[in-house]
Amino acid sequence: MGKRDYSLLGPDARHAVDTGLAAAEWYHTDVPRKVMKALMQRTDGPALRDSVILFGCMITFAGIGIALWPSWWSAPFWLAYGVLYGSASDSRWHECGHGTAFRTPWMNDAVYQIASFMIMRNSATWRWSHARHHTDTYIVGRDPEIAVMRPPELAKVVLNFFGILDVLRFFPNLIHNALSGPTAAERTFVPQSEWTRVQRVAQVHLAIYAATLALALWMGSILPLMVIGLPRLYGAWHHVMTGLLQHGGLADNVTDHRLNSRTVLMNPVSRFVYWNMNYHVEHHMFPMVPYHALPRLHAAIRHDLPAPNRSILQGYAEMWPAFRRQLRNEDYFLKRALPPTAKPYRCDLHRLSPGTPVADTAPPHALPAE
Amino acid sequence: MPWITACATDDIDPEDLIRFDHGGQTYAIYRSPKGDFFATDGKCTHEAVHLADGLVMGHRIECPKHNGQFDYRTGEAMRPPVCVNLRTHRVRVEGGSVQIEVA
Ligand code: FES
Repeated sequence: MGKRDYSLLGPDARHAVDTGLAAAEWYHTDVPRKVMKALMQRTDGPALRDSVILFGCMITFAGIGIALWPSWWSAPFWLAYGVLYGSASDSRWHECGHGTAFRTPWMNDAVYQIASFMIMRNSATWRWSHARHHTDTYIVGRDPEIAVMRPPELAKVVLNFFGILDVLRFFPNLIHNALSGPTAAERTFVPQSEWTRVQRVAQVHLAIYAATLALALWMGSILPLMVIGLPRLYGAWHHVMTGLLQHGGLADNVTDHRLNSRTVLMNPVSRFVYWNMNYHVEHHMFPMVPYHALPRLHAAIRHDLPAPNRSILQGYAEMWPAFRRQLRNEDYFLKRALPPTAKPYRCDLHRLSPGTPVADTAPPHALPAE
Repeated sequence: MPWITACATDDIDPEDLIRFDHGGQTYAIYRSPKGDFFATDGKCTHEAVHLADGLVMGHRIECPKHNGQFDYRTGEAMRPPVCVNLRTHRVRVEGGSVQIEVA
């Protein structure tokens, strides 16, 4: 395959549409309707409990951080606050964006708006980009949420552990959105009826940042920014660490989530921060199952999935060398073995990858042997 | 317009739905929590995904792909990313069968 073009308006985007990779039908493990219905059930309890813990801890940590400021004794409290602000917000944004975390719609919406602000995403734009991520997961030119493009730029990956590139991209975009609505690329996936909302959200976010900055200047201290804004940098590492594992080093341009997504077993603290999104194959296959039911879904379908990685560390031990190999050969990816109980991968669907001349394709062209 | 039998009343659990294909069209037949029956087109207006794999909550159907929601009684789009309403079909129950009126 030739060099990938990740632009949503570029040749790979057109090719994905032409070859039927865009908006394709994806593989799903068979789950009896009764079991699936039980798994999909919504309830407010777990998310209410987790939100009380999350926002309670944030207020406590920030309060202690402010009380001890500017002593270095405040540092551990800022670090803990930062992870909740700059990383737990990512998973709350995600789950509440799906509308599955709470049963009560306004609770989903309230947490979604707060989390979107903290993670520096326009709540109106990102709802749509994430819908596209689910329709066309890791389809080059279609998925606007590909975290590591090939060949991987590892320096960028490292910088993003501190949120630097995200934040540098966010503010010019925010100003553009606040002044004139969605950008040209955003207009490819945000329906026109939502463009005014994108602009309004951007104006509200911009006003909060401006007020925080003004307060910091007036106080002659960065303390207000330690509470609002900066934690998106100093607390981003956890969501980047877990987020890279979702799809890193795996296949692109395929229509089977077992090939492009990764499930990783994790410690309970990371699972709280990440709201169980470590069950990522399961989440992509069945996005209507709430985060608190994902361990049960995993148990129900694991016979059909590659074995999960046993820890974050083991996930990195698998993924990082794959990134390094992709530096030399961007077509390289990890193809994990399926258990004997699983249905085989759908190689037949993966022949027409964008950039691959149709005449050159033959199964399993898009799935080079390891 | 013709009425056709889609299923038996007890083919659908309360607060659930099933898929029904007829004449090259696909429909979704719902049974509300109170036991009333409703019918809509079977595919989501967002990206043509079958709603039959989704979740019925009260009078809403949630699409299994991106969690868009419709009121299945009126077809009204209730939650993004769905923006376009769903077509509804009239339903009647005749001697233990659920019938829908098709265009
Ligand atoms: S396909 Fe139904 S909400 Fe997207």
